[in-house]
Amino acid sequence: MSRPKNQNYKAYGSSKGKEREQRTSVRFKTTFMNTLIDVLRHRPGWVEVKDEGEWDFYWCDIGWLRENFDHTYMDEHVRISHFRNHYELTRKNYMVKNLKRFRKQLEREAGKLEAAKCDFFPKTFELPSEYHLFVEEFRKNPGITWIMKPVARSQGKGIFLFRRLKDIMDWRKGTAGKKPTSLEAQQARGAVNPSGSHDSRSSDDQKEEIPVENYVAQRYIENPYLIGGRKFDLRVYVLVMSYIPLRAWLYRDGFARFSNTRFTLNSIDDQYVHLTNVAVQKTSPDYHPKKGCKWMLQRFRQYLASKHGPEAVETLFSNMDNIFIKSLQSVQKVIISDKHCFELYGYDILIDQDLKPWLLEVNASPSLTASSPEDYELKACLLEDTLHIVDMEARLTGKEKRVGGFDLMWNDGPVSREEGAPDLSETGNFATNTHLGCINDRKAQLRQLFRSLQSQKKASS
Amino acid sequence: MLQEESDLSLIIAQIVQKLKGSNLYSQLERQAWASLQRPEIKLESLKEDIKRFFKTSGWEKKLQNAVYSELSVFPSPRHPAAPPEHLKEPLAYMRKAQGSWEKRILKSLNSMCTELSIPLARKRPVGEQKELLSKWNEMGTDEPDLSLFRPVYAPKDFLEVLINLRNPNYENGDYLSFRTHLGLIQVPLKVKDIPELKELFVELGLTTGQLGIDDATQVPPELFENEHVRIGQKVLAEQDSAAAQQYVRQGSPTALRAELWALILNISSQPEDILYYEQLKTNVIQHDLLVDSLIYKDVKLTASNDDYYFVFEDYLYQVLLCFSRDTSVLGHFAYNSASPPKSYIRGKLGIEEYAVFYPPNGVIPFHGFSMYVAPLCFLYHEPSKLYQIFREMYVRFFFRLHSISSHPSGIVSLCLLFETLLQTHLPQLFYHLREIGAQPLRISFKWMVRAFSGYLATDQLLLLWDRILGYNSLELLAVLAAAVFAFRAVNLMEVTSLAAAEAVLADLSTLKVMPLLQIFLFATVT
Repeated sequence: MSRPKNQNYKAYGSSKGKEREQRTSVRFKTTFMNTLIDVLRHRPGWVEVKDEGEWDFYWCDIGWLRENFDHTYMDEHVRISHFRNHYELTRKNYMVKNLKRFRKQLEREAGKLEAAKCDFFPKTFELPSEYHLFVEEFRKNPGITWIMKPVARSQGKGIFLFRRLKDIMDWRKGTAGKKPTSLEAQQARGAVNPSGSHDSRSSDDQKEEIPVENYVAQRYIENPYLIGGRKFDLRVYVLVMSYIPLRAWLYRDGFARFSNTRFTLNSIDDQYVHLTNVAVQKTSPDYHPKKGCKWMLQRFRQYLASKHGPEAVETLFSNMDNIFIKSLQSVQKVIISDKHCFELYGYDILIDQDLKPWLLEVNASPSLTASSPEDYELKACLLEDTLHIVDMEARLTGKEKRVGGFDLMWNDGPVSREEGAPDLSETGNFATNTHLGCINDRKAQLRQLFRSLQSQKKASS
Repeated sequence: MLQEESDLSLIIAQIVQKLKGSNLYSQLERQAWASLQRPEIKLESLKEDIKRFFKTSGWEKKLQNAVYSELSVFPSPRHPAAPPEHLKEPLAYMRKAQGSWEKRILKSLNSMCTELSIPLARKRPVGEQKELLSKWNEMGTDEPDLSLFRPVYAPKDFLEVLINLRNPNYENGDYLSFRTHLGLIQVPLKVKDIPELKELFVELGLTTGQLGIDDATQVPPELFENEHVRIGQKVLAEQDSAAAQQYVRQGSPTALRAELWALILNISSQPEDILYYEQLKTNVIQHDLLVDSLIYKDVKLTASNDDYYFVFEDYLYQVLLCFSRDTSVLGHFAYNSASPPKSYIRGKLGIEEYAVFYPPNGVIPFHGFSMYVAPLCFLYHEPSKLYQIFREMYVRFFFRLHSISSHPSGIVSLCLLFETLLQTHLPQLFYHLREIGAQPLRISFKWMVRAFSGYLATDQLLLLWDRILGYNSLELLAVLAAAVFAFRAVNLMEVTSLAAAEAVLADLSTLKVMPLLQIFLFATVT
């Protein structure tokens, strides 16, 4: 149960022992009226609570989290779908900082080669704070294209490309000078890095200048891998159950999102070409809703295998695993690891022509609205399996390496496919227990899993 | 014996004559001349030495592949006195039916032409040419107004023609007997039954390893897959067409498929081929044909709306527009029952000197035509290679799916085969569907005409086309169609209307092709 914190309140009841109590009914709450609500409502024994009722499970939006998490008491069994300071991973400026710091640490501890594995993020500078560093880098590489992204917005809003410093000068005078709306200003101010290493403007500065929305300038990847002349990015789902120790699951399905128009560097102003978010594509004049412009990852993996051979594809996917793990490790010490929290991240990955994967961003609230029946199927199964792993019903033993479409990717250390110690593959990455883009026979696996769990319980009782 | 020998020498003579005009011949000649420089070639044993040289350098293999290719395409030996039209189609009533169908298509095309007052062909002004050239790689972004264009015909129109096909020499009889065919096709063609199909498709049997079955996740790869891949690599190293064709009967590994198919179809991208493709591209740039709009419309209606093939839209234009200008395709009309439509220069109607084939390749696209190309985009990314592969697939296989002929791989035989298999092995289902007005062929026809492209998942489709290439026959399309009905029989028995039956069979994208075929052919009690 959850209730508002109260000075005179004293916790009672729930056992602190390792045995998780099996719940006969789970009270859930959510504000999302899409695939998620369908999945929750169909789950046997799960009951919806509305408004101020007490809940055992809350799939919340991050707004609510920010306002209420700190004042909410949660019993041991209660689960909530976000970590308090997830923005350390999902806001572009924080993620860059954490990654840079982690990279330095790796270099100190394990050498340059290991640290180079963190080079999956295009060079990024926070603006306006790192403006001078950015200009230095800019001048070192004349002629390349940069992309400007607002730190806190999603769905492709506010993003633009540029090649000349003049373009940002104009932008600085123009939009940068504009006061962000009160909501955006709240978001910008509310996200304070507890470690305090973040550039904080003194109150004097703030009095003189109009509060500016934070942006990052990132090196634009000019040689993306194209299929049919079109640019695309990959959406992959990673479920993190805890940060300390780090336990992360990788979902086998995902999709590639295609840009509707053909890729060319000539049309920097054409936002539709470069941004592959479905939200942006939907407003493009070329967009036909029936198309959906998405390929399931299985299709993508097969296409690559027929073009480049299975080994190259193995290497690519192994490098993607590396991205997921390293990015999570970089924020491991910073994120408040609350045992009530879990989080389903949507990773956006871009592949370049050398088959190198790049991390574009991590989403704490990946869209759960379906754009097509196939998409609905994917998201519904994804959410069902997420709930299986959250395991409010206390059915799992905790030793499972696979639940439905999720494979346990990291369990305080690499998880190998077979029993025994994991081997190092040629790339120097671990041969992890991941099957991204592979066949997802989740129904059969779940049947087998729950059947064996049931018989185990019968045997032990 | 004597007859066979003379048939054989006739075939040999024909193949030799065909190959003499080919590029390979001049290459072999050049190689032979160049080999004279080699120390091992001695004047006394010139012929033997050159033959040996060809063998070791791989040129003999290339010649073997070319001969094999000709044999695969060549129709079976005919009586030397048979007229050329018998080569196209031996049965007179079929020829007649094809002729009247063609007249109808042409009429439809001409009337569209007159209605819209668009010429069949026109030269593009220079400005337009420049524009098209700059947009060549992204023609999909063009949104011309195609609302007035209609496809010339759709598969269901063609089905109606086939349903009305009758052999005037055959008395169907007014009374029903156990021999009566309950289906829509009422012509007495010989089709294979299951024992004969089992013999033909012996490599698909239960005891032979298959890709599409024995490469599933639960099966350890050591059992079949690893060895099969190794053999595939060996076949490619040997560059042997016949071996490749035999090999893909068990399925082709994803990474090797593109090369294997090219080997079987005897396609090697020579500079001359690339040049030829560029020439076709120039033809497209310079002249605009009415069929171009039909092609555009078809791509926009079918492939662009497909969840998986929309990505390849641009490639489809690049292939199909060039295809319609390719006069070398006219060669296949020697063994195709169809004939290319003839058109006359304006004002010279009927005068043979001013007759041209329209479109230049003689093939008028219909609704869904672009789906023949779409799956190939998955394998080939170089436009000229993609083009060559498609063209070869068309003149070997696809043309049979929309022309009226008695060939065992022709669409008429496939329809009859499908109906016969269903009636023989699922009589209750067949009867039930017929009673509710849902003749099975009405549903399966569109699958077969498109060789299942756009209906199956791509990886399954490619496994199916592996076998089509491997057996050099389209009969598997009919077997698969029957197998699909068998698979969904329980649900189909419960429907009470054609629409409901269509709904049960609307989505084939989850089907696994090879298990279906195997079960239907080898595991069903007959």
